[in-house]
Amino acid sequence: MEKFITDAQVYLPILLHGAQITVALAICALLISTFVGLILALMRYSGNPILSTISKSFINVVRGIPVLVQLFYIYFVLPEFGIDLTAFQAGALGLGIAYSCYMAENFRAGLEAVDHGQLEAAQSIGMGWRLMMRRVILPQAVRTVLPPYGNTMIMLLKDTSQASVITVAEMTFQGKMLAASTFENMSIYTLVAALYLCMSVPLIVLAGWLERKFGTK
Amino acid sequence: MIEIRDLHKRFGELEVLKGIDTTVEEGEVVCLIGASGSGKSTLLRCVNGLETYEAGEIVFAGTRVDARSSDIRALRTHVTMVFQRFNLFPHRTALENVTEGPIYVKGEPRNEARDRGLALLERMGLAEKAQAYPTQLSGGQQQRVAIARALAMRPKAILFDEPTSALDPELVGEVLGAMRSLADEGMTMLVVTHEMAFARDVADRVLFMHDGRILEEGLPSDILSNPKEARTRDFLSRIL
Repeated sequence: MEKFITDAQVYLPILLHGAQITVALAICALLISTFVGLILALMRYSGNPILSTISKSFINVVRGIPVLVQLFYIYFVLPEFGIDLTAFQAGALGLGIAYSCYMAENFRAGLEAVDHGQLEAAQSIGMGWRLMMRRVILPQAVRTVLPPYGNTMIMLLKDTSQASVITVAEMTFQGKMLAASTFENMSIYTLVAALYLCMSVPLIVLAGWLERKFGTK
Repeated sequence: MIEIRDLHKRFGELEVLKGIDTTVEEGEVVCLIGASGSGKSTLLRCVNGLETYEAGEIVFAGTRVDARSSDIRALRTHVTMVFQRFNLFPHRTALENVTEGPIYVKGEPRNEARDRGLALLERMGLAEKAQAYPTQLSGGQQQRVAIARALAMRPKAILFDEPTSALDPELVGEVLGAMRSLADEGMTMLVVTHEMAFARDVADRVLFMHDGRILEEGLPSDILSNPKEARTRDFLSRIL
């Protein structure tokens, strides 16, 4: 235990630096996946067969490819088409797109859970599609979406570790480097695990708070 | 005000409306009666453009009703609908339900919409329930809020789709009372209902629908007391 404490004092600052990048990566990927996921879900929900098919195909293709392979693709293949991204940008984009499909399915479940009568009531007072979405459907869908959304957020946070394979210097990457050079596997990976746990706790609290805020009434 | 000519509507193979012809004049209250599956609700929904139709036409105050046209939204503000299951917005208060259309669809100033919304709720006997959410209201209260919501659009006509069918028996009266007062003020109303007493007392005309057609129409006293058609007699004997 004493050794663990001395080890922690040495390695924690390095790991915390990695943790900052993990958080930044998770936030960027969360924003991308929420935005793209919402667009995909609305396309699917629109009733327009072309938009719906595009959305469905995109989701099925992306969902069927491992996140790792997507990251490799964005980081190593896109430059051949003249799209050069930094490791961090590629990581955020790759995770964002990979997770947009899970988000889209969460959102779709929420949208479809809204009673059809709500659509008709909105239409019957002359609302158009956009107004109906904004004022009637989305506010109700949010309640159904929040629990799975919180779940996906936590999965996303943990999956940022996958970005280590394309050299994003996030926490797992830093831990691996430290462990490889010091052989202090136990101390380092225990610290890494504890830090991930510390980061997911605020997310769990946030998800719970959002559910209480939107769930009542 | 509402002209329906040779209206045909099918859901896939099933033809639910097989040539409907009728006219509803301004200020008239018309009740649609008939067994479930006779096409009453579908007819009502076609008038509001919630359903498309294959042949024939519906003209409301000179405008052709076409669910796919861009005019349909404007038209729906003139002919609103009250639903069987109320369909209030559960995330908004009673007052917000009523002011939603005036503020966000018609762009009325908030204060004006609010004052008028409160007046409408008061008229429905719900002044003290303005800040309540739909789940805090009884079915009868919810349906009266729904009627206030429809009225808030200042419609030329209101369509009622079995407005009391989802209510407990003791709550039916308050909703019918509200509808009766609208009728007395000259609102044009097309009402799908199983409330024969309401049809008898309030309607100017009753249409009996059977199997996608209007089998018989006329004064409530004639249709309800001396129906000519065997099917109408049969239906009335089962419901009365």
